[in-house]
Amino acid sequence: MILVWLMLILFAGGIGAWLAESRGSDHPRAVALAAILLDLFLVIMMLLVPDAMGLGGDSVAELGQTGEWLVLMEADWIPRFGVSFIFGVDGLSMLLVALTVFLGLIALGSAWGEIKERSGFFYFNLLWTLAGVIGVFTALDLFLFFFFWEVMLIPMYFIIAIWGHENKEYAAMKFFIFTQVSGLLMLLCILLLVFFHFQNSGVLTFSYFELLGTDVPEALAMLTMLGFFIAFATKLPAVPVHNWLPDAHSQAPTAGSVILAGVLLKTGAYGLIRFTVPLFPDASVAFAPVAMTLGVVSILYTAKVAYAQTDLKRLIAYTSVSHMGFVLLGVYAWNAQAMQGAVMTMLAHGLSAAALFMLAGGLQHRIHTRDMDKMGGFWGVAPKLSFMAMFFTVAAVGMPGLGNFVGEFLVLLGSFQVSHTITAFAALGLVVAAVYSLIVIQKVFHGKNKNNYKMADLSAMEMMCFGLMMIGLIWMGMYPQSMLDMAEPTLRNLDVAFP
Amino acid sequence: MLELLWLVPAIPLIGSLILILTQGKLPEIPAGIIGAGSIGLAFVVACLVGMDFVASEATAYSQNLWTWMKVGGFEAGFTLYLDGVSLVMMFIITGIGFLIHVYATGYMHDDPSFARFFSYMNLFVAAMLILVLGDNLLLLFMGWEGVGLCSYLLIGFWYTDTYNGYCARKAFVVTRVGDASMALGLFLLFQNLGTLNIQEAMVLAEQNWEVSSGVATAVTLLLLGGAVGKSAQLPLQTWLPDAMAGPTPISALIHAATMVTAGVYLIARTHVLYELAPEVQHLVGIIGAITLLMAGFTALTQNDIKKVLAFSTVSQIGYMFLGLGVGAWEASIFHLMTHAFFKALLFLTAGSVILAMHHEQDIFKMGGLRKDLPWSHALFLIGTLALVAIPPMSGFWSKEEILASALLHEGSYGLWLMGVAGAFMTGLYSFRLYFLVFHGKKTHDGHEVYGLHLQGPLVVLAILSIIGGFIHIPVEDVFPVVEEHHVSLFYQAIMMGLPLLGVFTAWQVFIKGKVDTAKLTTGFGGKLHRFWFTQWGMDWLYDRLFVFPYTGLAKLNKNDFIDSIYNGTAKLALFFHGLVSDTQTGQLRWYAITLVSGLLLLVSIGVLL
Repeated sequence: MILVWLMLILFAGGIGAWLAESRGSDHPRAVALAAILLDLFLVIMMLLVPDAMGLGGDSVAELGQTGEWLVLMEADWIPRFGVSFIFGVDGLSMLLVALTVFLGLIALGSAWGEIKERSGFFYFNLLWTLAGVIGVFTALDLFLFFFFWEVMLIPMYFIIAIWGHENKEYAAMKFFIFTQVSGLLMLLCILLLVFFHFQNSGVLTFSYFELLGTDVPEALAMLTMLGFFIAFATKLPAVPVHNWLPDAHSQAPTAGSVILAGVLLKTGAYGLIRFTVPLFPDASVAFAPVAMTLGVVSILYTAKVAYAQTDLKRLIAYTSVSHMGFVLLGVYAWNAQAMQGAVMTMLAHGLSAAALFMLAGGLQHRIHTRDMDKMGGFWGVAPKLSFMAMFFTVAAVGMPGLGNFVGEFLVLLGSFQVSHTITAFAALGLVVAAVYSLIVIQKVFHGKNKNNYKMADLSAMEMMCFGLMMIGLIWMGMYPQSMLDMAEPTLRNLDVAFP
Repeated sequence: MLELLWLVPAIPLIGSLILILTQGKLPEIPAGIIGAGSIGLAFVVACLVGMDFVASEATAYSQNLWTWMKVGGFEAGFTLYLDGVSLVMMFIITGIGFLIHVYATGYMHDDPSFARFFSYMNLFVAAMLILVLGDNLLLLFMGWEGVGLCSYLLIGFWYTDTYNGYCARKAFVVTRVGDASMALGLFLLFQNLGTLNIQEAMVLAEQNWEVSSGVATAVTLLLLGGAVGKSAQLPLQTWLPDAMAGPTPISALIHAATMVTAGVYLIARTHVLYELAPEVQHLVGIIGAITLLMAGFTALTQNDIKKVLAFSTVSQIGYMFLGLGVGAWEASIFHLMTHAFFKALLFLTAGSVILAMHHEQDIFKMGGLRKDLPWSHALFLIGTLALVAIPPMSGFWSKEEILASALLHEGSYGLWLMGVAGAFMTGLYSFRLYFLVFHGKKTHDGHEVYGLHLQGPLVVLAILSIIGGFIHIPVEDVFPVVEEHHVSLFYQAIMMGLPLLGVFTAWQVFIKGKVDTAKLTTGFGGKLHRFWFTQWGMDWLYDRLFVFPYTGLAKLNKNDFIDSIYNGTAKLALFFHGLVSDTQTGQLRWYAITLVSGLLLLVSIGVLL
């Protein structure tokens, strides 16, 4: 039940926030904060005292050793179609749920002083998106999964379309169409899969566990797998279906960007690990070289496009695609190191990209432009902000000691054992990452403040948000074992079951 | 006391954290005390640890702190490893590091970002210590990247000048190319031996790899890629001269004494692998020999005091590579140490000259300064003599050892010739610099800045530069034993005479004026001068081969052509939408006509078919 509570609190908090607007525009954020803090409390309790929270066992690590689901609940929904409520978390889901709730708090912090108009509806959307994401990370019935896939999409559309910047309608529509078309494709393929399963066994079910191992005719297996793959690759995103992201990011309000980059992209990677490969192991093996190549193309191509951008948020958006290329590469290399690396990259990029977008959003809020050619020398004006920018940029470049390095290193270490050539190209990503990252520091924070911008340095609230993310990245970088251990049983089981 | 080893990198790290967490707002005196004091303290701890280590007569001591990552069959720990080589490196880093930090408290006096400077410096020392103390290649790589970051931060320290930022980025990106190669080396090593632990890997390699086997060659080549990047050797040496944009103390610490020698350390550390790949080892020597000559010629043409020293550093590291190439591991580490002494001295003294000349770095605007700057003059002369390898200065002993090894090593006669030619060049360019700055006609007045924290460290470094050749480095347990070499008197004479000949030539040209240097810079000589001055055109070449194509193509595709496919689809949809909606005119007549003509068309098609 604990998992349902996590979502219910957010759904209810969202409605509460919307209603609270009538009492004053500052009230919704307080309601939202309460809901997220309550969720965060529950998540922390789940991590610290899983036993008391109904997760069985004394500690997550101990449970992990057996490789079982930490908590699993099942209830009927639409029995006639074999649709049921199946929620469950294992180590992998737990990490991602924790990331979601944590970044929810950060997003709230970034919206705190920024969102003034229609704040009730804003916080409603924010909380519902988060609830949708948690649903995606925990749903183990494919129909339910698809339901949450949609739940997280629509509120995000509103967030971009209503509170976005100058070109918001275009960006929101693009985001919607890309996700919707690819989502539709996935729905078709879910139905196909269910149909084949029904044909083989006579049982109509959407349950993940039942559908595992479904015997799909070879010719159609590849097509069905591709439906899943395209949906998740669009969300990830990977080249060539990445184009919604730069527009969505540059137009979204800061909190939207934080959630998009930090959490929504990870649902794509999660889908690949949880569904695409295990449901279609043979087709996935055959497709792996293509996927890995797409990963490398994503890394290098978008790094190059990123370098040329002058819009700060657009640049960071492209770098996101580049980093997620490592995840794609790691997932399809499919061995212990590469998969662990993919998960670590998801977590670390969640923090570093969220932080960078928050910095970019903060800058835009202060000087009302995202054009880097107008910026420069901000280190002298806002040293705290600049220091944070330097820190998170350095993290994104993959500096050892911070989380992103652990992820990218393990991905490359693992994929090297699969393909030397692909990995050699991917390693070039380390070089081009330095090229695009340092140009940001140069254009925005170093050099001269040509236009004499004056701005307030980071507020205490912002410092707290950045500080938390900093600690997270250092933790991941210096003691990644704590997270590797959590994800290990899940990944090991996958690795064993689908060699 | 050995278990205090972890404190050696931890203390500078804590110093750095304090300076960062106080947001760089600490006033000069406390910031200086923390900044320099933490390194001093680290040096004291290093001494305690070192004494214990030597007394224990163990070959190595390792200290496991915690498991960093353990995935599948891969494991890397935060484990420190101390043996003769890391001991020497630890002393160089903390000892010379401390002297440079003390000097920097004077040099950076009144800089508004004083505390920020020391936070980066301390972080650098911590990272450098991790580099040399790591027991596995991943931990070494962490230090490796960490020093690269600090190098970037410090080169671009005076950030308002865009040029400094350019230099900093160039340094970071160029060395990153090497780092990527090195990372691939680690992957290959792990794939073959299942470990990144340095000692284990060397044992396993000896058992499993055949001499000159493909994997040995590939691993060592890839690691060499990292080494040439960090140590500014061909073909990745172009960043080091630009790195001189940073404040002078960091040139001394990072770009002379410690970080740039990390490549030498890496190869010496993994020497067993290189012995299994003799071709690659020979290549190391060739790279060193060519680099030391090329950099020597370039040094001869520079007019910025720091750039002359920078090219001299490239050249001297070339000697170390030459030594590695001929298996003179111990001699290379020895030269690394003496070079750290005298090059730190030279850079810091150059810093004093620059201070005295109010931040003028052009040697043609100096001249005749020996009266105005007696201290700097004396110290610079000591450093120069050590650099030129005049006996009994420290540089003589180490360079002689390298050259003698090259001479006696089979098939390295060519390397030896290039080495001694380089020794002549060293004499020439070093004394050109010395004569131009301190002798000749005085054009500008210099005002020596005095202070215990400025001259104190210099005197210590000067003493080390003189007597450093007599320090024994305890690396017998690490490297294979080499028999005493006996070089005939003839070769001895050549090796001692050529540097002197270089000095004599410089004296003839720059003091006596026997050659009109102005004539040398016209006609063919001018072209050659330009060619050497621009580092043999390598920057020019790299710009056209890599930089411009990359940036150019990136700008060309700024709008991401893939996007136009989607926008094109959208436009196409809109076009058809427009086409169809245009037929909706609302006129009955029009509808009737289209209805009838459509019907006719269908019927006629039906009839015809």
